[in-house]
Amino acid sequence: MVLVYAESPKGKFKKSAFEAVTYGHKTAQVLGTQCVALTLGDAENAGQLGKYGAAKVVSVGDAALNNFDSQVHAAVIADAAKAVGASVIVVSHSSSGKALLGRLAARMDAGSVSAAKAVPTNDGGFKVKTNVFSGKAIAEYQINSANKVLSLMGNAIQPEEVGSDVAVEAVSVTVPASRVAIKEVKTVEGTVPLPEAELVVSAGRGMKGPENWGIIEDLATTLGATTACSRPVADTGWRPHHEHVGQTGVAVRPNLYIAAGISGAIQHLAGVNSSKVIVVINKDPEAPFFKAADYGVVGDLFDVVPRLNDALKKYKANS
Amino acid sequence: MKLLVCVSKTPETTAKISFSGDNTQFNEAGVQFIMNPYDEWYALVRALELKEKAGGSVTILNVGPAANDTVIRKGLAIGADNAVRIDAEPKSSLFVAKQIAAHAKEEGYDMVFLGKETIDYNGSEVGGMVAELLGQPYISFATAMEVNGNTATITREIEGGVEVAEVDTPFVLSASKGLAEQRIPNMRGIMMAKRKPLKVVAATDATDLAVVASYELPPAKSAVKLIDPENMDELVRLLSEEAKVI
Ligand SMILES: Cc1cc2nc3c(=O)[nH]c(=O)nc-3n(C[C@H](O)[C@H](O)[C@H](O)COP(=O)(O)OP(=O)(O)OC[C@H]3O[C@@H](n4cnc5c(N)ncnc54)[C@H](O)[C@@H]3O)c2cc1C
Ligand SMILES: Nc1ncnc2c1ncn2[C@@H]1O[C@H](COP(=O)(O)O)[C@@H](O)[C@H]1O
Repeated sequence: MVLVYAESPKGKFKKSAFEAVTYGHKTAQVLGTQCVALTLGDAENAGQLGKYGAAKVVSVGDAALNNFDSQVHAAVIADAAKAVGASVIVVSHSSSGKALLGRLAARMDAGSVSAAKAVPTNDGGFKVKTNVFSGKAIAEYQINSANKVLSLMGNAIQPEEVGSDVAVEAVSVTVPASRVAIKEVKTVEGTVPLPEAELVVSAGRGMKGPENWGIIEDLATTLGATTACSRPVADTGWRPHHEHVGQTGVAVRPNLYIAAGISGAIQHLAGVNSSKVIVVINKDPEAPFFKAADYGVVGDLFDVVPRLNDALKKYKANS
Repeated sequence: MKLLVCVSKTPETTAKISFSGDNTQFNEAGVQFIMNPYDEWYALVRALELKEKAGGSVTILNVGPAANDTVIRKGLAIGADNAVRIDAEPKSSLFVAKQIAAHAKEEGYDMVFLGKETIDYNGSEVGGMVAELLGQPYISFATAMEVNGNTATITREIEGGVEVAEVDTPFVLSASKGLAEQRIPNMRGIMMAKRKPLKVVAATDATDLAVVASYELPPAKSAVKLIDPENMDELVRLLSEEAKVI
């Protein structure tokens, strides 16, 4: 059995949860077994996970699980796996999923693969691919233990509707007391967080100063994109730190990454080279970013970005 | 406070990535190795700051072969008091975590620091594993930490923001950007590092449950398509019709 932990922050599933269930379903098919989805704490309309291939949904509704503590969550997930007889666990490669992956692997003495990017194969060994060296290479891991734990990289596969809603059953699992007290949560509301964003508009030192960011925000608004920046921009306080993309910042994997006034240093590319399509706007035709780009515009961003925004508005109005 | 900092060795960022032996091995020829930046810049420095303020000791630990001693000495030069190297080839995360946990259980640290991830395997796995093996709380991706007696108030990165958590020692934490400011070792530190103890111990028994079977390079990117800066309608058309991303 394959058990997928479908995260439901503030009681709601995000796209990453549907991706994880789709992935769990496909993994179960490869192994000739079934996929069961697990929800912890509040989870509205959990039966819908059946649409993405869960044969059933089990839940531990204890409100204490609405606060994330890797120690508590890992214990509950491992016990739920035992209860449903699952030996393969799938979590999202989110901030909580990353903490759970290691804990679950240690708890279940399982081989694990972090940020899986493709459905496993099971032909002479259970193998899973993931990016290594900050996206500069791909490694195929083989897991040799009976128990296996995988975290699924965001946007690696798209959710697929293959079934219909299923029943939600409560599983009885003891929830241990947490030793971590959450004092405060500060999130930016209204925008998709960068690690999950499908459209990203990013800008660098070529912007000259924070007062010029209006054109970037306008473009992001037109597209419905999340804004990002290069490291020096965050370091000098032009933009908040959570926007910093790259090797030492956030790694993104959007369908579209638009970079304006960013030179494309290797440390920046490390965080963006898994993007599906990259558009680079830079006045220097020699900027290294053009080598990593699909589409390039050599020009002054202060002209090009507003022009692109107008063209997009026209396109949106006509489609 | 008795503090442990786990440090790993990784190829330097600009290293050329290639493979040998039927794509089963990373080709180390000509590659320069460094201490993993998250371990060096943030985890180690924050541990040193705590010691400087409240007293105690900072031990650095590496699981790896003798060739890693240069990286370990750098940690001593930055200011760690002593070092332990567990003599084994680190081939899988759980193997490494079991070595770290075995050492930590014996020593009983107040806090175990790790980096957010190694920049070669990008796994983010070892921290959670060590915490689980020790039965301790794990605060991942810490960007700030204040310590008051035995209680730490830690800010950590979550999707689209941060969370502030309070936890009592002992615990495990992984360090992200912001936790501290990088320190460059000075001459005196480098001289002193030579005389600081670096203990080499044998590995405890553990098997590698997940290992790399083979490597490949990503498909080569085709040449960039340049668009006339005056014609952004064309770029929008390509993004919609050719790339199908909008
Ligand atoms: C260990 C290490 C880790 C690092 N980690 C990261 C990381 O995670 N993320 C990161 O981003 N960086 C990181 N860096 C820094 C990185 O090496 C670069 O210095 C940084 O990415 C450069 O930022 P930038 O492209 O915004 O600025 P610059 O390199 O200054 O580039 C500005 C670009 O804007 C263009 N430009 C200027 N004016 C205009 C205009 N009017 N119109 C159009 N284009 C214009 C210029 O041609 C230039 O290409 C790291 C460095 C090190 C050593
Ligand atoms: N061989 C090792 N020896 C000591 N610590 C390690 C080793 N490998 C990883 N670590 C620690 O675990 C952290 C996370 O590594 P990873 O799970 O590989 O991304 C690193 O930042 C180090 O602090």
